[in-house]
Amino acid sequence: MQIMKNIRNFCIIAHIDHGKSTLADRLLEYTGTISDKDLQDQVLDNMDLERERGITIKSHAIQMSYNFQDERYTLNLIDTPGHVDFSYEVSRSIAACEGALLVIDATQGIQAQTISNLYLAIENDLEIIPVLNKMDLENAMPEEVKDQIVDLIGCDRTDIIEASSKTGYGIDNILENIISKIPAPQGNIDAPLQALIFDSIFNSFRGIIAYFRIFNGKIHKRDLVKFVATGKEYEADEIGILQLKQEPRSVMLAGDVGYIISGIKTSREVKVGDTITHVDRPCEKAIEGFQNVKPMVFAGIYPIDPDEYEELRSSLEKLQLNDASLTFLPESSAALGFGFRCGFLGLLHMEIVQERLDREFDMNVITTVPNVSYRVKTNKGETLEVHNPSGLPEQKYIDHIEEPYISAQIISKSNYVGSVMKLCIDKRGTLKNQVYLTSDRVEITFEMPLGEIVFDFYDKLKSISKGYASFDYFQSGYKPANLVKLDILLNGESVDALSTLIHRDNAYEFGRKICVKLKELIPRQQFDIAIQAAIGSKVIARETVKALRKDVTAKCYGGDITRKRKLLEKQKKGKKRMRQVGNVDIPQQAFLAVLKLD
Amino acid sequence: MSGIYIHIPFCKQKCHYCNFFSVASRKLQKGFMEALIAEIELQKDYLGNEQVDTIYMGGGTPSLLTAVEINRITENIYMHFNVSEDTEITLEVNPDDISQEKIEKLKETPVNRFSIGIQSFFNEDLKYLNRLHDAKQAVFSVKGLQDAGYENISIDLIYGIPTLTKERWIKNIRSFFKLKIPHMSAYALTVESKTALHWLIEKKKALCLDDEDIAQQFNILLDLMNRNNYIQYEISNFSKEGFYSKHNSLYWLGGFYLGLGPSAHSFNGYSRQWNASNISRYISLINYKEITFEKEILSEKQRYNEYIMTSLRTVWGCDLEHIQNVFGRKYRDYCLLQSEKNINEGTMVKKGNKLFLTTEGKLFADGIASGLFKI
Repeated sequence: MQIMKNIRNFCIIAHIDHGKSTLADRLLEYTGTISDKDLQDQVLDNMDLERERGITIKSHAIQMSYNFQDERYTLNLIDTPGHVDFSYEVSRSIAACEGALLVIDATQGIQAQTISNLYLAIENDLEIIPVLNKMDLENAMPEEVKDQIVDLIGCDRTDIIEASSKTGYGIDNILENIISKIPAPQGNIDAPLQALIFDSIFNSFRGIIAYFRIFNGKIHKRDLVKFVATGKEYEADEIGILQLKQEPRSVMLAGDVGYIISGIKTSREVKVGDTITHVDRPCEKAIEGFQNVKPMVFAGIYPIDPDEYEELRSSLEKLQLNDASLTFLPESSAALGFGFRCGFLGLLHMEIVQERLDREFDMNVITTVPNVSYRVKTNKGETLEVHNPSGLPEQKYIDHIEEPYISAQIISKSNYVGSVMKLCIDKRGTLKNQVYLTSDRVEITFEMPLGEIVFDFYDKLKSISKGYASFDYFQSGYKPANLVKLDILLNGESVDALSTLIHRDNAYEFGRKICVKLKELIPRQQFDIAIQAAIGSKVIARETVKALRKDVTAKCYGGDITRKRKLLEKQKKGKKRMRQVGNVDIPQQAFLAVLKLD
Repeated sequence: MSGIYIHIPFCKQKCHYCNFFSVASRKLQKGFMEALIAEIELQKDYLGNEQVDTIYMGGGTPSLLTAVEINRITENIYMHFNVSEDTEITLEVNPDDISQEKIEKLKETPVNRFSIGIQSFFNEDLKYLNRLHDAKQAVFSVKGLQDAGYENISIDLIYGIPTLTKERWIKNIRSFFKLKIPHMSAYALTVESKTALHWLIEKKKALCLDDEDIAQQFNILLDLMNRNNYIQYEISNFSKEGFYSKHNSLYWLGGFYLGLGPSAHSFNGYSRQWNASNISRYISLINYKEITFEKEILSEKQRYNEYIMTSLRTVWGCDLEHIQNVFGRKYRDYCLLQSEKNINEGTMVKKGNKLFLTTEGKLFADGIASGLFKI
């Protein structure tokens, strides 16, 4: 076992907007990795969408050099995705490090997501360096937030570094602490190769590029390597380190962080958490913690124009090249024709995919009501995985249905606790734990069905807590549930794309609300449209969109012509974004009406 | 064939439903007149050599103009444009402006057609609309002008007013028949944004409209007019043979027109432009010799869309051959394909090479037209 005393591998744990990306930029600047700010702001977030939303969707890594007390150190910053949907990826990035900067916004204090990622880091024995960011802001409350940090990680108050990544205050101090406090990586250079894949990206010329951290052994260019979980073997066409550009190397050793290019064509072959070893001298066991990431949320995606089905397929295939967690299978709907049932890590992931389809591929799609993955136990003792309400077997074959549960952590100001609890209980949650982090900040843990989260939980939580509550979750297993299939009928015809599986106790209220919402969203047509919610053959709610009695401009003279033409052109565009089901025109957003109830 | 529209942007008071540009103060009327005369000269080449067959003074309230002012406007137009001998010269008038004395004065002008803003022969409806005249003045304005020898008269009636019952609507139409007027424009009351009516209804200070009533009154109108041999030559316009408004027809048949005055619109076949809706700025054109206007150059698709939108409203119909000649075969085929659904559901018929709205379809003219649009 050797100690690579001049290497430090670390990540940054922070809530969205707490300044992670700006801090990363600042570190790159102070270490001379980038010369000045003429490069794009926030180098690490390099997808447009990421920059706009201010979050990191995919993790990346970058290597810096820093001189400290006449020694040259290599610092590998491994970036982590910043959203609950990607917690497994975060855990693998964390596993590749020995230390973490815990960045807290001095004006906002600790948020739920920071805590769950922090726990992951502590579980992985990472050295935590607490940083109080945004100290330049007038409304910073350093003493209060320091209390929170001390309570949370039990550090010494003086260990907390005050900083402002905006002004550069405290950055040198952070760099010195990284070197003096974070342990250098250890490993056996002569042992069989053992490297952890913590991320991958797609490059249209070179295929999939996997990012790894070597724990033991060494890798040479041209080595024959094997990915343990997939069992696939490759030749290492190119290996190297990650600076602003990829820098090829001929050999890399335990403790190093870098990339490998080996002619891999699809992202599915590169699984985050997998172990790279040598074909002829494999390691005894793989690095622990690998999981096959499974989608948690499913929804149908259909082209608005049915002729664009093949185009949608090729767009999804291209998306999947750099988003391995997206899954899709062809499905057909009586209402919408041919489309795909897609699996997502969570709701944000779903939104991102939908937006990327629109922006990068100019695809106009309908996304149907999302649902989770249900386990249906049949009378014959079989277990079926059902990802779509219409895939449910007939009632008489069902013994019972199980649904996925999550453990949800919510941190809120104490004055909102009452309403947060009510919301969770309304969503069939069970209170598991309640801890006061400080006198006015509470961490509440609920066990609740994931199916309740995919609807409108997050928006509601934000609104009842005036945006203060933060939320994180992990899956905690399956439990039997009393679920019913709620169908929506338009003029007597069931629209399968609007069906949902819902707990029996909530079905009536839910059915009523969705009928009201659809009435709002479906434009009046030349006939009455009956909107009904039904369980089996029993109608439980009804609304009517009254027929349009007239649609004609009274005056059409000189000045009216331009104005009216523009109006009718707009109408025509709107119509192009609608889907006709039976004889009823349904706008795109109606298919997601359940997400916007109340 | 071409026309000139003159917008007179002054009113004694604003009608609650009106969204045309006008002000209820006449202090700028003198300056406006000077600017208008200047604009006539500035725009003398707009219509090229097209002969002017119609001059139309609309508003606002053109009956606020004196005979002297009207003559000054027409004389200046004659001076700068190629005006045909039998030009239709229409003046929009409000019944409350029409006295015996006013009629005598008007006889000194070349105006040969009157469009009277009657709207209803019942005081309750007139009050709802915030009109200044009453039922008696309404009848007098028609009779007075007829007695003075004017035959080419049109009146405006509005239906769908919440105070207007079905019975009263029938009575309004019967009054029109009784007065032997050859032309009527009948408009469904429409709540336009930024009007007093919109605000009043929003604040529940005025009764709101009922689509069902509007549709019913529209059907009554069509039935009665048809039975009395009036031709519905456009959705809102009815006329005896020989009394079609030349000016209105211009808008629907693609004729060129020059609009003078604030907010007035002009069209020369490939572009539309409209003057700024601001009287002070308009008056400044006297000094700067420059008109403030906005302009849009129409694309092929936009010209096609406009043709669909206007032609379908008329008795002449939407001519597929015209579409083929002007826009090409692709447009014709597209139009025909899109209209299939309407023909099947009975809102449209195809006779020879022309598409027409059926009585049923006329109530849905906008949706049907936009369905045929190209985007």
